[in-house]
Amino acid sequence: MTRLLASLRIALRALMVNKLRSALTMLGIIIGVGAVIAMIAVGSGAKKRIAEQIASMGSNLLIVMSGSSTSGGFRFGAGTVPTLTVDDAKAIQNEIPAVRYTAPSITGVVQVVFGNQNWSTVAFGTTPEMLDIREWSLSSGRVFTQQDVDGATKVCILGKTVAENLFGGTDPVGQIVRIKKVPFVVVGVLSPKGQSTWGQDQDDTIFVPLTAAQKRLFGMQFPGMVRSISVQAREPELMKEAEDQITDLLRQRHRIQPNQENDFSVRNLAEVMSSQEESARVMSLLLGAIASISLIVGGIGIMNIMLVSVTERTREIGIRIAVGAKGRDILLQFLIESLVLSLIGGMMGIGLGVAGTLVLATFTQWPTLFSMEAILLAFIFSGSVGVFFGFYPARKASLLNPIEALRYE
Amino acid sequence: MEPLIQVQDLVKVYDLGEVKVQALRGVSLSVERGEFVAIMGASGSGKSTFMNILGFLDRPTSGQYLLDGISGERLSRDELAETRNQKIGFVFQGFNLLSRTSALENVELPLVYTGTQTSKRRGMARNALFQVGLEGRSHHHPSQLSGGEQQRVAIARALVNQPSILLADEPTGNLDSKTSAEIMGIFQRLNREVGITIIMITHEPDIASFAKRNILFRDGKIVDDHVNLAPSNAIGERAEK
Repeated sequence: MTRLLASLRIALRALMVNKLRSALTMLGIIIGVGAVIAMIAVGSGAKKRIAEQIASMGSNLLIVMSGSSTSGGFRFGAGTVPTLTVDDAKAIQNEIPAVRYTAPSITGVVQVVFGNQNWSTVAFGTTPEMLDIREWSLSSGRVFTQQDVDGATKVCILGKTVAENLFGGTDPVGQIVRIKKVPFVVVGVLSPKGQSTWGQDQDDTIFVPLTAAQKRLFGMQFPGMVRSISVQAREPELMKEAEDQITDLLRQRHRIQPNQENDFSVRNLAEVMSSQEESARVMSLLLGAIASISLIVGGIGIMNIMLVSVTERTREIGIRIAVGAKGRDILLQFLIESLVLSLIGGMMGIGLGVAGTLVLATFTQWPTLFSMEAILLAFIFSGSVGVFFGFYPARKASLLNPIEALRYE
Repeated sequence: MEPLIQVQDLVKVYDLGEVKVQALRGVSLSVERGEFVAIMGASGSGKSTFMNILGFLDRPTSGQYLLDGISGERLSRDELAETRNQKIGFVFQGFNLLSRTSALENVELPLVYTGTQTSKRRGMARNALFQVGLEGRSHHHPSQLSGGEQQRVAIARALVNQPSILLADEPTGNLDSKTSAEIMGIFQRLNREVGITIIMITHEPDIASFAKRNILFRDGKIVDDHVNLAPSNAIGERAEK
């Protein structure tokens, strides 16, 4: 213990003698650790945001899109031609046990006006189940009812963004807005959900009863047709089963021959999400790996300086060995020196990483997340770098021949 | 009681690849406890090689060497270091003090490697500095000390572990004659009053005249070994600053 303390004191003193050199050597580690911490924070922030978005999309969500259909040699993309009907949605709901809710919907871009304010947004004509599927609650007012859907009542629910743009701070419930010049009564306001995975503002939307949308807003050529049906499966494990059964059911209902293509498509959003999650994971791994390289470069810097230091202090090492220092005393002395360099560098690097991440987060609005494990890991990693890259110079010092070392000029 | 140092047919050959240099060609010698021996010889006579072997810094090619009954032949590097630490005190021509380290800490250095407690280390180091008359200078760094004072710190460092023998390699080589006499005074006092055995290399006959026994090396062999019947006296010499 006494020896260890003595070694520590010797090491600290040696580092203090060359302050500038020690500081520059440390800089490599500081930058390395800082980069690792910042990159991990950015990576886990992105992962966390995706996880939140998955949750905000609603769980176990399948979307059945209508079309692609072929008409006179022209092929139309999915959703351009409505091939699904409200009855399809009802059939899915009633005949497939794996399904909990279905909600048919049609969408379109609309201009909304209130007083002297106006705003362009996406209107969803749908049924009340949509809010259950999306797990979306209201911040004020009420949801429109099945009666509203049946009677094509001109009521609407505003997304947070729309409400803010049209009404500022005041409560829109009970007010009348004009959607495509048709007056609608605002009955509710949705609670905010934030951005979707693909960066879309989910709160920039209006929900109206499906029938009202069909009749008043989009003037569908084919009454009863919808663009898409949102389906929520009962359990995550039932997603695949539900997907297959929906496909079978709809092929049957649409009388599609076995050799014909589907005139609809079923999308599993969980799959889309999990692939995005995977790419975020790979991304953060990549960032971490690149940052680690800078830490290793910092370690090489330590090794370089330690080798110079050993050469410079050959005579000192000779004196120590002559008066009775054993190999491990010398080894320990230099190892502690590089360990102190890398650990102090590591601590300062943590500070730099945290500060850098906060600055980055402020300027870029990227989501960031610090974890104690990442910080601890970076610290331990920097210590290991010190030991790893300090070992060779320290060993070289401990193996010096005292006679030659004492003669060294 | 057997002699402190027993050397029998010591041979050292340096293998420099193409040529082999015979530094020692069969040296035999014994030194009793309490002797003060000066080893003289021209450069290349093998006296430094001999010193290195005596100091367990180097191993002989063949021959026998016993210090206080210990043979270095079968000892590992670390065991040799331990033996040096316990049995031998070195004084070098160039002082070989650690710069940027106080006199006291320089003297403490051998004790650091025995794991002695800090407070005990301080006490022993102060005591050694007192023996060489430097008790007032313990917190000065080598650069703040004169050559003679630096060499006295080195002597204190050599003494601090109470070794069996003090080996001095040209201890006055970097000092003026007045300071040299002062260092010799310290050696003579330590030898006579404390009974420390000293072996010293020098090429100056006046310095050798302070020792009780003079040995002359030439071409790796001892060619003369005689007792100095009337050594010069340097006790009381002071090179006052």
